[in-house]
Parts: sequence; C-alpha cells; structure tokens
Amino acid sequence: MNAKPKFLTVLDVIAGAMFVTAVSLVFFYAPLERVMGLVQKVFYFHVASAWVGMLAFAVAAFYGVLYLVKKDARYDRVELAAVEIGIVFALITIVTGSIWARPIWNAWWTWDPRLTTATIMELVYFAYLMLRSGIEEPERRARFGAVYAIIGFLSVPLTFFSIRLFRTIHPVVIGSNDPGAEGAFDMTARMTQTFMFSLLTFTVGFVTLLWHRVRLGALSEKVEQLKLKLQS
Amino acid sequence: MSGLTPFIRALGAVVWKDLRAEWRSRELISAMLVFALLVILIFNFALELESTVRANVTAGVLWVTFTFAGQLGLNRSMAVEKDRGCLDGLLLAPVDRAAIYLGKTLANWVFMLLVAIIVLPIYSVLYNTNLFIPGLLLTILLGSEGYVAVGTLLSSMAVQARTRDILLPILLFPVAIPVLVAAVKATGGYLQGLDINEIRPWINLLITYDVIFTAVAFMVFDSVVEE
Repeated sequence: MNAKPKFLTVLDVIAGAMFVTAVSLVFFYAPLERVMGLVQKVFYFHVASAWVGMLAFAVAAFYGVLYLVKKDARYDRVELAAVEIGIVFALITIVTGSIWARPIWNAWWTWDPRLTTATIMELVYFAYLMLRSGIEEPERRARFGAVYAIIGFLSVPLTFFSIRLFRTIHPVVIGSNDPGAEGAFDMTARMTQTFMFSLLTFTVGFVTLLWHRVRLGALSEKVEQLKLKLQS
Repeated sequence: MSGLTPFIRALGAVVWKDLRAEWRSRELISAMLVFALLVILIFNFALELESTVRANVTAGVLWVTFTFAGQLGLNRSMAVEKDRGCLDGLLLAPVDRAAIYLGKTLANWVFMLLVAIIVLPIYSVLYNTNLFIPGLLLTILLGSEGYVAVGTLLSSMAVQARTRDILLPILLFPVAIPVLVAAVKATGGYLQGLDINEIRPWINLLITYDVIFTAVAFMVFDSVVEE
C-alpha cells in the first residue's frame, strides 16, 4: 500500500509517451483541414476529453452502485476520484470547444443545447462536491455521494443525445449531421487514425490519473487515522 | 399480492398524514402560492410581458414559477419532518421505507398540482392567455411528477447536511434539467398550437425521465435515510 506499485510507474511512462505521440500525430501526421485550417486540430483532444469526462462520470455512477451494495469505503474513494477527474476533463472539453468556436462560429459561446447541457453536467458534479463537503460523518458522506453520483449520471445521456434531439449548430463528426450544424467536416483516413489514437491516449491517461487519485485518497485516510492515534 | 396491501396502506397513511397536517396549518401551500404569484408579477417587470413577447415566454415563465415554488415546498416538507423528530418516528415504523418515500412524493406532487391549479387561472386572467389546453395540463402533470420524484429524494439528503437550506436548489436544479427542458418545450409547443408530431418527442422524453427518476429514487431511498 505504501510503496508505489511498479505497474503504476510503468503506466505513468506509457501514458506520457502516448501523450507525446498523440501531440506529434495531431501536428505532423494528421492533414490540415481545408476550410478550418489549424484550429480544427483542437478537435482531436476536444472529443477525447469529452469522452474521458463521460467515462469518468460513468465510472463514478458504477462505483456508486457498488458502494451502496457492498458498503466498502474503497468504492467510495474510486467514485470521488472519478468525479474529480471527470470535472477536469469536462472543463477541458468546454475550454477547447470555445477555442474552436471563436473562429468557426465567431463567438466563444453560444446558447446551443449541446453547450448548455454539457455545462449543466459540469454543475451537477460541482453540486456533488458541495454535497460531500456539507456532511462531516464519513459513512453518511459516502452514502449520499453514491446516491447523487447515480442520480446525476441519469442526466448525462441527455447531454450526449442532445445533438440528436435538438436542432443544434454543434457538428456531429461521427454519424449523421444536422443540416443546421456549422463547422462539420468529413475525416480522412489519417484524421481517423489520429483521432482514434488520441481517444486511446486519453483513456490510458484517465486510468493512470484515477489510480493515482485513488491511492492518494487511501493515503490521506491513513494519515487521518495516524493523527487520531497520536492524539489519543 | 398479499405483500402489496400493507405497502399501500403505509403509503396511504403517509400521504394522509401530510395532507392533514397541511390542511390544519396551511403554511406550505400558502407560502408556495404567495411565492408563485410574486414570481409571476416580478417576471412582468423583468421581461416586459407584452402580448407579442408573451406567447414565446409563457412556457418558460410558468415552469420557472412551478420549479421555484416546488423547491420551496420540497425543502419545507422534509425540514418539518427532520426538525421535530418526525422522520425518526416514520423510520421506526415497521413499514417498507419505499412506502414512506412514495407517500412523501405523492403528497408533494399534490401540493405542486394545487399550486398549478390556482396559478394557471390567475395567469390566464392576468395575461389574457388561454392555458386550459388538455395537452398542457397533461404536461404539467407529468413534469411536476418527475420534478417531485427526484426532489423528494434530494431534499431528504439535503436536510441531513450542514448547509441544508442552500443545498437543495443546488442539488436539484441541474439534475432536474431533463424534466424541465422537456416540460418547457412541450408546454411551448401546446401554447403555439404546434402539430402533435412535433410535441410527442418531448412528451416521450418527459415520460422516460418520470419513470427513470421515480424508479431510481424508489430503489436508493433506503440508503438515504438509514441510520
């Protein structure tokens, strides 16, 4: 428990190397999009971080269910770690999206259903953190956190399907496009390869981060216990 | 079938208790009503609800009013239980806790619908808009059900937290968005007299989320109140 697992170190190295590869693929391997130019390259990491955000929230909901069934504090730590990572990646998605939208839609932000639902999803998990910080008793905090992670995740599919439900200007690159979407494009083979690789990179990165965060949670709990032991 | 009857009896008892307590004090409904009317009147200034603008924003104004008034009611209905130790009494009763949840939800639903029943004619008269469209009433029925289903669960969590009064809206509003968006879109559709085929997806979404929220809350309520 105390020593850093060897495999985690290996994973660190792999994730780092993959990230460097992904960045060089994006800039040197993937072709320049004809209409949008350089700014289109944000797409590779934008979609990858959106994917990781959703994955993280799904993992949190899954561990929420596990916690409610098994009542084991380990599951609670994984759930909290996943939520925190999910918040960061959802934020990256919104920021990279804004960077892309400024030249393409001519605005940092539009009140488009896709953008709005994505931001609301972010707020759900801010509320999750506020709920946790409002409860002192660890066991109850874990229980309520698990319930809210499950309930909160129910609204995530709406975010995902909002581009299919509403009329929106957010493009769908994979699958059919709404005729009102602006900034859509078709991927070439090289673009698809780069895109798939960055998805994989971000997923590996997510696993690495999650492991680190869970380990940190376990260690901080141990410190708490040691402090209590010293006081008594 | 034999397991169903005590469940329904317990559920009925919780609903009956809430309705009777409310009938005697009338503090929840009157607060919700006055608040709802205030919101509508404030919107008049905020949005300059002239007849041309009105047609487009009525759906939004109505649902913001219901949401805020409903949140007030949800917070209060659980805080009352907690403060006077009624919740402990309820939990000590040898009944299925899901029955307690469903009972509280039903009572809250009744309160929200009561507010709607009074607000709708007043809004119709004040703003000279006909709101008595069967489809719109159905939307209100479905929308408030989904809202109350998830709201009752979250308010029973919020009252047990340190920051309870400010916590409920923060927990509830983002989660209830799917229900609210669908309800506003469907309401707007009926008000503008859109074709039923354009409204149906929203009604379907509303029903889907009603079922999901009710079912999930029903299942997890046990772990929210366990001591």
